[in-house]
Amino acid sequence: MNRSDFPILQSSADEPGFVYLDSAATTQKPNAVIDAVSNYYRTSNANVHRAAHKLSALATQAFEAARENVRAFINAGAVEEIVFTRGTTEAINLIAAVHRGALSVGDEILISHLEHHSNIVPWQMLAAATGARLTACNVLTSGELDLNDFHSKLSNRTRIVAIGHVSNALGTVNPIADIVSAGHAAGALVVVDGAQAVAHMPVDVSAMDCDFYAFSGHKLYGPTGIGVLYGRRELLEALPPWQGGGEMIEHVSIETSTYNRLPFKFEAGTPNIAGAIGLSAAIDYLHEQDWQILQAAEQELLSMCIAELQQMPEVQLIGTPKHRAGVVSFLVDGSHPHDIGTLLDQQGVSVRTGHHCTMPLMQHLNIPGTVRASFAMYNDADDVAKFAAAMRKTLTFV
Amino acid sequence: MTLDEIKDAFGFFDSWEDKYRFIIDLGKSQESLPESDRNEHNLIRGCQSQVWLVADYDSSSNTMTLRIDSDAHIVRGLSAIVLACYDGQTPDAIIAHDMDALFAELSLLEHLSPTRGNGLRAMVSRIRELAHQHQ
Repeated sequence: MNRSDFPILQSSADEPGFVYLDSAATTQKPNAVIDAVSNYYRTSNANVHRAAHKLSALATQAFEAARENVRAFINAGAVEEIVFTRGTTEAINLIAAVHRGALSVGDEILISHLEHHSNIVPWQMLAAATGARLTACNVLTSGELDLNDFHSKLSNRTRIVAIGHVSNALGTVNPIADIVSAGHAAGALVVVDGAQAVAHMPVDVSAMDCDFYAFSGHKLYGPTGIGVLYGRRELLEALPPWQGGGEMIEHVSIETSTYNRLPFKFEAGTPNIAGAIGLSAAIDYLHEQDWQILQAAEQELLSMCIAELQQMPEVQLIGTPKHRAGVVSFLVDGSHPHDIGTLLDQQGVSVRTGHHCTMPLMQHLNIPGTVRASFAMYNDADDVAKFAAAMRKTLTFV
Repeated sequence: MTLDEIKDAFGFFDSWEDKYRFIIDLGKSQESLPESDRNEHNLIRGCQSQVWLVADYDSSSNTMTLRIDSDAHIVRGLSAIVLACYDGQTPDAIIAHDMDALFAELSLLEHLSPTRGNGLRAMVSRIRELAHQHQ
């Protein structure tokens, strides 16, 4: 990996550059991804799976090669198990929506207080539509799931367990394999929100044994508007389709339709072809890296960042999980996160402030929000040093 | 602080530090709303910070009295600038005033952007709506 692969991060005499610590919101894109999207439109743009012409064949080939690349990336068993979506949010909404006929009064859906709104609201909607009950596992002050509470809320009434792999607000890496096996032992399906995991660790859905896994391209150095739903083949086969339209049908009459095979049954309409090709390029880019080196470098940056913040007596770290990926969240005594974020921004440091789309977690921790610094492969020790210097100056204001 | 005093002060700043120290001090110098006024009715929710607005209209003088609070100092300071323009003014004067132009002149326009999610733009919109109702 070379920082110079990311054009937006290049500074010059005119543009002094900035310290980008908001990769949990979206990552920056390497040239390889930008070029792949651009080249697709320049050389092979056509609709997929339909026309009998060369361009369409080229586009279809690239699109389906992208699907195979995604399959291999998360070690899914079959390419039919990879459904392209707009992102994690749409993937979770899809799974929740197609279970409307499967749940009823007396059933339960178990999530946690750590979840992003996109892994809460679709389940609220499913609960409201079916009469099922939504329950949430508590979070410890460390930012880790209260596993005793998780086990106490898991029962043979639990039909779906939906838990994030990594917390977007606090960086907690959840013991996902244990959660999956506990969910399965209770007879529940397990849905994993992998949005914050895929850029930070190798993900193997076969080893994890989850039923569904969702993630977004744009948090993985890929384009926005493309995401992935992995689903176990036999489950996807049995579920009804979600949106209706072109692509997802086999035969249509005015009265009725028969549906296409997997994964097309869940991909109504023209897909985000350029997005899938860009995501595939991002995966290729990641394949050129060494996960061990990336993860060691990230842990080093997180430790440096935490050590710097711990030297500032006004700063309170929010969440101290043993296993952390990507994120450091904190508060400054007597100051609103928005003030801190605004003053850091004046110094060219981009962080996120607020509730991070995890309002139930903020209520649970009784805080208005946090300041969140999040890291990706292009960050380095110099970024942490600039962030720490900007924080020290910020603290003189408040 | 009057709008002219605020504009004068801004004329002397030669660094972002001076400007933001001033805005934060301006925020801190604002009287807080009593807890009873920091209620759901007066709340303008921003994604990142929240603003409370208490607005009264006095028909005998045809003026609006406004009080503002926020949980963030910088937003309180920026609110004080909004108050300096609007408080005690007639509905006509409030509607005629161009807040975007003022924030642009003070190089603060980014804070009035809808993307900022600080509640400030929503507050300005609500004050203008109230002014329309009393016009």
